[in-house]
Amino acid sequence: MDLRFSADQDRFRDEARRWLSANVPSEANGTGPLESLDTAAGFAAHRAWERTMFEARWSVVSWPEEYGGRGAGLWEWIVFEEEYYRAGAPTRVGQNGIFLLAPTLFEFGTPEQKARYLPPMASGEEIWCQGWSEPDAGSDLAGIRSRATRQDGGWVLSGQKTWCSRGAFADWLFGLFRSDPGAERHRGLTYFLVPMDAPGVTVRPIAQLDGETGFAEVFFEDVAVPDDQVLGGVDRGWEVAMATAGSERGLSLRSPARYTEAAARLVDLYRTRRASDPGHAAHRADDVARAVIDAEAYRLHTYWTATRVAAGESVGPEASMNKLFWSETDLAIHAAALELLGEAAELLDDRGRPPPWLDGFLFSLAGPIYAGTNEIQRNVVAERVLGLPRG
Amino acid sequence: MHFAFDEHQLEFRAQLRAFADKECTPAQLREAWESELGWSRPRWGALAEMGVVGLTVPTEHGGLGLGLVDVVLLLEEAGRSGLPEPLLETTVLGVPILAGAAGATPALAVPWLERVARGDAVVTVGLSSMPAVPAAGGADLLVLEHDGELHAVPRADATVTPRPALDGSRRPAQVQWEPSPATRLYRGDEAEVVLAQLGDRAAMGAGAVLVGIADRMIAMAALYAGQRHQFGKPIGSFQAVKHHLADALVRVEFARPAVYRAAWSLSEGEPDAGVHASMAKALASDAAVLAARTALQVHGAIGYTWECDAHLWMKRAWALAAAWGDARWHRRRIASVVLSVP
Repeated sequence: MDLRFSADQDRFRDEARRWLSANVPSEANGTGPLESLDTAAGFAAHRAWERTMFEARWSVVSWPEEYGGRGAGLWEWIVFEEEYYRAGAPTRVGQNGIFLLAPTLFEFGTPEQKARYLPPMASGEEIWCQGWSEPDAGSDLAGIRSRATRQDGGWVLSGQKTWCSRGAFADWLFGLFRSDPGAERHRGLTYFLVPMDAPGVTVRPIAQLDGETGFAEVFFEDVAVPDDQVLGGVDRGWEVAMATAGSERGLSLRSPARYTEAAARLVDLYRTRRASDPGHAAHRADDVARAVIDAEAYRLHTYWTATRVAAGESVGPEASMNKLFWSETDLAIHAAALELLGEAAELLDDRGRPPPWLDGFLFSLAGPIYAGTNEIQRNVVAERVLGLPRG
Repeated sequence: MHFAFDEHQLEFRAQLRAFADKECTPAQLREAWESELGWSRPRWGALAEMGVVGLTVPTEHGGLGLGLVDVVLLLEEAGRSGLPEPLLETTVLGVPILAGAAGATPALAVPWLERVARGDAVVTVGLSSMPAVPAAGGADLLVLEHDGELHAVPRADATVTPRPALDGSRRPAQVQWEPSPATRLYRGDEAEVVLAQLGDRAAMGAGAVLVGIADRMIAMAALYAGQRHQFGKPIGSFQAVKHHLADALVRVEFARPAVYRAAWSLSEGEPDAGVHASMAKALASDAAVLAARTALQVHGAIGYTWECDAHLWMKRAWALAAAWGDARWHRRRIASVVLSVP
């Protein structure tokens, strides 16, 4: 056991830190902060930031060089993420593609698909959204009804997807469609890659709690897609999708730096509030300490898991424990911050936007819902980790 | 960065687990609770023979000379098996204090280190702030704090009055004794450092035992939930039961690496080791208390009986969650460092 980073990892960290400190959009260098990525202008600005990172080969450090990465290992990825959050860099507008679709493409994609989709994903030229949930299929994902029907040289898609994050402005969608209506629910699904500007695709943006269109409904009316836009084989969509779900719940989407940095900002907020309103802050030290401890526990658990993964082990249903822990931790950190702010917490900024803590709180409320609700995760943990009988 | 145990450490744990499966069954635990001593000298001897008891005793005094990273998995295993012997008190709390004193006061320390390594002595540690000293009822040597000094007091030189406790093997006792220069191991600044290290080791060590206890209680409850039928189904198929158990398991899973990290930081003398120990204890205490509550609730009325084994672990969980600083105490300590809260 050695919990120190190696000299090479430290050098990598220094290089990332130097580049980020020189390039992250900020008030100080006149290029930031960027507008919300759920507005048209903000989306474009975040896309440009992806491009800037790509050009310096920081957008997808763990990918092979041929697709725009550095071929860096898991630890370097963790180190990069730590520096990314420490630098206060923008939310990754490309994260659905980079963190959810890409691992699936690497596992199931043909060489042609990888060559076609990965580089523009890395550069931000093509931003992806997820098309899984439907109005009548949320937690019960296998109940989806959107159809894929065989036709010459490809498929015709019809139906409706909803809660597609970034869907309002995304270029492509990865989604699940029922290709064999006669098959058992979990079979007969196929995973498709669909351009959002294909004839027959209609996007209806949905305003979220913060008033902005962070997600969308997407309607498919006889949308023709060729065979080479099937990922992982016809009728194998469930298996392919579960690989993506593992990424979403597990290591890749939720780097621990998100929470350790949020906890560090909470500590700063606590100090500020204690100076300005000691009576209000006095009884909240325990909440802040708890947030600091839980964020650290998540980081250590990630290091523990990463050591296993680096040794060739794979992460199974334990990923659901990760999701439960990070989503509850994120919510607790932000709830503690709002309590510290007290009555000021509800106030919007000059542009009528939620300021960072309120914005973060609203976003953290989504955590226990997306990527499989926490109730579903608890079922997975109980059944597949503890071995309890299915209900 | 390599956050894992080596082969030897894992093998040592496997040996202890195999031993406990045979020699520390719930029936044997109940025997220990009912015995005069509270634990078993033959089992202590067998543990010493395996090297477990003398693990931290320096090699020149007959031990294995290993450190906290080597012992942390064994403590967790002791918690899981419900081992009634005072391994934490002797091997993790007492021995390092004696080993540190072996140079300056060899007569007070060395014979005891050798006896511990042979499985011939149990050591426990008590602070003057404690209402009763855990394991003092059957310990051979008491390492006791008095006025900021540390003393080594053979049991024969103290008046030990047992204070029966809820956990039948903890065997706390009140100890009356006369501090003298002849019993003194440490004083002044040196004692302050040794006491601070003791507190951190205890937080980490108790945290490791608590993680093992919590894990066992959840496993027992999950097993029971798969067997017990109501409404024509195993109760474990109901989401209310599943979600209780999943939540408890998550808290244990995320406490465990924090405990391991604390062991590493303490053994490496990292500057933040004290904070790391407090994080470990805060997480492990909360996890174990939740696991105890969950295990009882999942078992229902049977869990409330003396006959059901759950209480053998539950009571140890409550005792250790409160020992060496409870979760809130450790969060307060972290706040004092991280938030500079006075």
